[in-house]
Amino acid sequence: MELGQMQGRLAEYTRSLYMEGILDAQFLQLQQLQDESNPDFVVEVVSLFFEDSEKLLNDIARALDQQSVDFKRVDAHVHQLKGSSASVGAQRVKDACVAFRNCCEEQNVEGCLRCLQQVKQEHYLVKNKLETLFRLEQQIVAAGGSVPMAEMTF
Amino acid sequence: MTVENQRAGVVVEDMDQDRFPAGMRVLAVDDNPTCLKLLDTLLRKCQYQVTTTNQAVMALKMLRENRNKFDLVISDVNMPDMDGFKLLELLGLEMDLPVIMLSGHSDTELVMKGVTHGACDYLLKPVRIEELKNIWQHVIRRKKFDSKVQNNSLNEDKACHGAGDSRLGVISTLSADQDGKLCRKRKEQNEDEEEDDEENEHENEDASNQKKPRVVWSVELHRKFVAAVNQLGFEKAVPKKILDLMNVEGLTRENVASHLQKYRLYLKRINSVAAQQASMVAALGGADSSYMRMGSLDGFGEFHSLAGSGRLSSSALSSYTPGEMLGRLNSHASLVLRGITSSGLVQASGQNLSSSINTLGQIQPTPLPSNQSASLFQGVLTSLELTQLQQSKCTSSTGDFNPIKDSRGFTAVSNGFSDTRVTVGSSTSLLPGASSHPLVLQGNPQLPDDRGAFVNQYSLGVASLTPDTFDIGGGGCSNFLDHSNNESWQSAIQLSRFSSNAVPLRHELHIKAKMGRTQTGLQSKLEPHCQYQKFCGFCQWYNKSLGPQFGPK
Repeated sequence: MELGQMQGRLAEYTRSLYMEGILDAQFLQLQQLQDESNPDFVVEVVSLFFEDSEKLLNDIARALDQQSVDFKRVDAHVHQLKGSSASVGAQRVKDACVAFRNCCEEQNVEGCLRCLQQVKQEHYLVKNKLETLFRLEQQIVAAGGSVPMAEMTF
Repeated sequence: MTVENQRAGVVVEDMDQDRFPAGMRVLAVDDNPTCLKLLDTLLRKCQYQVTTTNQAVMALKMLRENRNKFDLVISDVNMPDMDGFKLLELLGLEMDLPVIMLSGHSDTELVMKGVTHGACDYLLKPVRIEELKNIWQHVIRRKKFDSKVQNNSLNEDKACHGAGDSRLGVISTLSADQDGKLCRKRKEQNEDEEEDDEENEHENEDASNQKKPRVVWSVELHRKFVAAVNQLGFEKAVPKKILDLMNVEGLTRENVASHLQKYRLYLKRINSVAAQQASMVAALGGADSSYMRMGSLDGFGEFHSLAGSGRLSSSALSSYTPGEMLGRLNSHASLVLRGITSSGLVQASGQNLSSSINTLGQIQPTPLPSNQSASLFQGVLTSLELTQLQQSKCTSSTGDFNPIKDSRGFTAVSNGFSDTRVTVGSSTSLLPGASSHPLVLQGNPQLPDDRGAFVNQYSLGVASLTPDTFDIGGGGCSNFLDHSNNESWQSAIQLSRFSSNAVPLRHELHIKAKMGRTQTGLQSKLEPHCQYQKFCGFCQWYNKSLGPQFGPK
């Protein structure tokens, strides 16, 4: 595929992610922070996020699995996850976390389990999407092109 | 974690004027790695010099090692190893650094908490670069206020001395001191006459655009401070006089004023807590354990006023038997014994200090229920050294003392009262950890006429115990134990003697008992001297400062 096309595809793809609410303006900030002195910033932060969030999700699952659920603990984990997802711009994950915290407040195990599922789903989704995005970027770079700075044109 | 480069370390305290705010040294603390990395990058984008850590304790350690290494601290609120607010308070107390709170929560209460704990600002996550671009203003603000205060105070000093002066000074420092101040670093503990205001003014004006070294209110310094306050009498303690009494080179009136302000705030906070202590004090009874060993003698007479008004449950206090009142300041429970009806305290028969100590020694320090208490002060309650009170004067009847009213506050802060269910509520956890936290003891000047108040409070300059209520038997009423300097110890004793109302620190007394009466004996006998070694704050502090070979048994 020719460079121009690839770049077009990337732009389109990125835009769709914003449109669907999978990513929000924060991600754009991340991209803008990336520069020559920090060329892989976005990838680094996002990888860090996924690493951290998977751990958190496991911790949450484990905590919910206990005989007597420690909701404070679950809430703390969810809060962390909310913070980091907000920091990378994973909007839907963040929203799912907000809903999750409500369930925690109600101390409803069933509700929490459902919320956890939801968060996991969103997490999985954004992970895939971003991996695709990065792949596209890599292809462009490999082809000698440069990744255009994302713009919020919508 | 990025380490600050060497060059920055060499720059000492002067801010890089030309490039400022670029090059401003920021310490970022957040346990969330994603957020921390983002914060790091954002700050670097603003051209600050960034050091990061994901542990609050690590941050504290770094700051304590060299408080002049950083200009600003940004910290998350929810952290696993230490509450962000606690860190905030510690930083505000120990080093006058501007601290910005960061959180994913925007609840009003949290923001309010941040404000009351002294945060310069409260940012929400995800943090935006636009907001970070402006955080340098907090550093500038502090410096500006500092120089302004100094100018004001200089004028005031010239105008008049006395209450008016100090009040103005305090007020201006109050307003200016909201964020703390950059103070000239206290050079050393010489007995040299502190330079006059003229000098300060010039230096300050010249340096007004530069970052000034902060005054470190070490145990030593705070001890002198409290001694001076006690000597003057809490109500009459004005910064200028305190400064003169303290006789510390390099300390300015403004430093003292701001410290005094903090001290008062703490005392006020303790007050309400202390009110509930009355019953506890009542429980103390007995000549033996009349005093609670308030805290480790680390910082003699230093105590952090536990804020936490009303957190102490008096009922819990009343359950204490005198023998159990041994408070171990070193541990973090600081118990504010306010209004300990001196019955218990005062009763310590002066003659029998040792026995009292023994009894007290049996007190097992128990962690105070409140976590906050952990942060409390050490050695606050030298007031417990009421043992020196002459028996005749001591209201021997336990129930005699009226609890100190809340307005008078002084709260003896004691750690680890056994069975203490007193939650020392100090929302401000004052310097817990290190044994040499300057304690701030604040007391409301209006001590009611009852004897209740602890003498030590008085000597601590906290509650203004009417001296006549306590007649603390002479001898060795010194609230401050100067570990490092015998002479100053003696002078401290002089200082702390508040018209013979000063009560020697309990530990001090028992040290004397054990180690020989001579002041010099104290230093020469460095071996563990005390059965309370384990929880004796003085021992811990002392040993720590003198070497591991003298560690607790």
